[in-house]
Amino acid sequence: MHRILVAAFLAAAAQATWAENAIKDPAAGWDRLWFEVLVDITVLGVAFALVTAWFILRYRRRNPNEVGRAEKLTAAAAVGWTVIPMFIFMADDFFLAANGWQLWNAYRQVPADRLEIKLESGMYSWDYTYPNGVQTQNVLKVPAGKPVLLRMTSRDTIHSHFIPDFRVKEDSMPGRVTYLWFYPQKPGEHIVTCAEYCGIMHSYMVGKVVVVPEAEFTAWYTQEEKKLAETGAQKKGV
Amino acid sequence: MGKTLKEWIFTTDHKRVGVLYLIGSLAAFGVAGVMALLMRWELTTIGPTLTENPSTYNVWLYAHGAVMILGFQIPALTGFFANYCIPLMIGAKDVAFPRLNAFSVWLFYVGIILAILTFFIPDPPDVMWTAYPPYSTITSGNTAFYTFTVLILGFASILGGVNFLTTVAYMRAPGMTWNKLNIFVWCTLAAFVLQLIFVPVLGTAVTLISFDKYLGTSFFDPAKGGDVLIYQNLFWFYSHPAVYVIFLPFIGVVYEIVATFARNRVFNYKMVVYGGIFGIVGLSGVVWVHHLYVTGMADWIRIGQMVTTLLISVPVGFTVIGLVGTLYKGAISFETPMLYALGVIFLFLIGGLTGIPLALTSLTLHLSDTYYVVGHFHYVMAVAGTFAIFGGVYYWFPKITGRMYSETLGKLGFWITFAGTNIVFWIMMDIGVKGMPRRYYDYAHFPQFENAHQWMTFGAALIGVGFALAVINWIVGAARGAKAADNPWGSQSLEWTTQTPPPPGNWKEVPAIREEWDPYAYARP
Repeated sequence: MHRILVAAFLAAAAQATWAENAIKDPAAGWDRLWFEVLVDITVLGVAFALVTAWFILRYRRRNPNEVGRAEKLTAAAAVGWTVIPMFIFMADDFFLAANGWQLWNAYRQVPADRLEIKLESGMYSWDYTYPNGVQTQNVLKVPAGKPVLLRMTSRDTIHSHFIPDFRVKEDSMPGRVTYLWFYPQKPGEHIVTCAEYCGIMHSYMVGKVVVVPEAEFTAWYTQEEKKLAETGAQKKGV
Repeated sequence: MGKTLKEWIFTTDHKRVGVLYLIGSLAAFGVAGVMALLMRWELTTIGPTLTENPSTYNVWLYAHGAVMILGFQIPALTGFFANYCIPLMIGAKDVAFPRLNAFSVWLFYVGIILAILTFFIPDPPDVMWTAYPPYSTITSGNTAFYTFTVLILGFASILGGVNFLTTVAYMRAPGMTWNKLNIFVWCTLAAFVLQLIFVPVLGTAVTLISFDKYLGTSFFDPAKGGDVLIYQNLFWFYSHPAVYVIFLPFIGVVYEIVATFARNRVFNYKMVVYGGIFGIVGLSGVVWVHHLYVTGMADWIRIGQMVTTLLISVPVGFTVIGLVGTLYKGAISFETPMLYALGVIFLFLIGGLTGIPLALTSLTLHLSDTYYVVGHFHYVMAVAGTFAIFGGVYYWFPKITGRMYSETLGKLGFWITFAGTNIVFWIMMDIGVKGMPRRYYDYAHFPQFENAHQWMTFGAALIGVGFALAVINWIVGAARGAKAADNPWGSQSLEWTTQTPPPPGNWKEVPAIREEWDPYAYARP
């Protein structure tokens, strides 16, 4: 009974928080959902563990000839012990599924005011191409306060662009285009690491997301664009 | 038990075939266990520790996964336990097709020898047990070894499935109705149904891999019109049910142990069989996409299979409730097999509950392919299954060998392994949530985890010592243990009613099953 109450309480509390602040930042939403699920599974786990521990202590064999005294369940009890746990588990399942789905939508619906960058992965580097044609390798420089969308593919094996700090990864594969987005809000550096076994040097396939203030980003971005134009002109001249 | 080598090689007796499966799978366990220890040794420090060559590490990783699953757990559970116990539990003289049975055990030996040859060929496979293309088709490692290992072991398993489904359907003793079958028999039948349905899919997938690599086809090569994701779908369409091929028999073994040592009726037998076991079989084929949450599959199927994955908690919950309920009003004693069985309940509880976050697509976007996943599946399947296998071997040890093992050594081994397991896999889940990716030879860019890795190496050494003590205990017990009684645990189950060890043909006369008999009927009204 108390499990139903706890579940109902959690459901109500969670629904309230979700409704108040729709998820703008999937990473923050991830942390919140993770905490909720941890509470949920801890309650279930502790309940089961306590019952088991109590049975083990209470019903230990006291003399060598003792046998268990459990009676055969009546039909009604057997059905009850099947149907009631089923509904408790299903209630918890659907509660979790609903919250998981809501966060999933946040992860898959990319804000319109985004910076869209192409990524081609290869053994063993991350190659980014910005909208203006500027290319970087293993360093993804982005402005703070703007959602970043990566459209990803791979030129050889399967890789997975994992940014632990932004709680997101998605595989990049040859012949397919996948995407992920994240929302960098403060300047700083975040590690990018490969999360799909891609070859011998898999564990050395590392890069970083460098978040810089917007002004600094714009300066860098236009400067790189200019450089690109110059080298492009030189090439044409030749 | 046969005395000469010839008797063992040409045997068609289900008990000897079972013991052959046990010896082979324990050898595979030893090899794959050493691989795990080598990996943990390598990860003790940042940078190269044991080997300079990441490839060597990747081969260990491949061998550990592939051999543990295909060479140890599945053959030990559906080979050894099924062979040894099922005919005894249903009151049959042998299996339906004894010669086919002998053929499948020797196929199994070919399979594990092929798997172990990995260490003696110049270009061993380094494709992980999943062998995802394109890497598995462009690697210089010998992917064909992987393909043929899977095909041969799969074929052995299909033969076993045909054999045991027939045996249980047609060879039950008179009066042995379906609702009197041991839970273990039901579980193993369910596992074999899964094998028969799904192994051919895996066979197809790994065969196409070798076609692509060696014959120039392009099933998985997008440059020539193939698709890399088809393989992953085919692979997990088998390999998720494979988890239940391991789970079902191991939980069946645990049921037998718990019912015997609690001397108690299985709680709500029909819920466990028709809700739990049937439910798992029913749902097992529609949850594979949770292995592909980060591969860009269509949203509707990722969400749909998030729901089916969560719903697996219902039948799995039934099996756990049945298990814990069997302790209620029992008369529990705590010999070594029971410790392992209770250990399984504990490990499975942690493993099962930590699987719930992984069922959620959105949480998996962070957790996928990290140590969290590795910790979770070791708790829920790898170590829980191995504990059940070790508990089961201890439990039936007196019946098999006619001798007793050392109880002190058995308990010591259990506690050492149990401590080591929780050190390794708890820490593993913790650093996984913090971002440690799996399948890393080196963690140079995650230096903050070095201390945790050292603790895990320490824990792994404990696990190794504990399991080694168990195996030593069996060897010494089988050679020099005290003579065992026919029914040392006071079990009601049919396999304990024949003499110890059982003679060829199992029974002097086929047991007649009385109306009121039940493998779990302890309470006398």
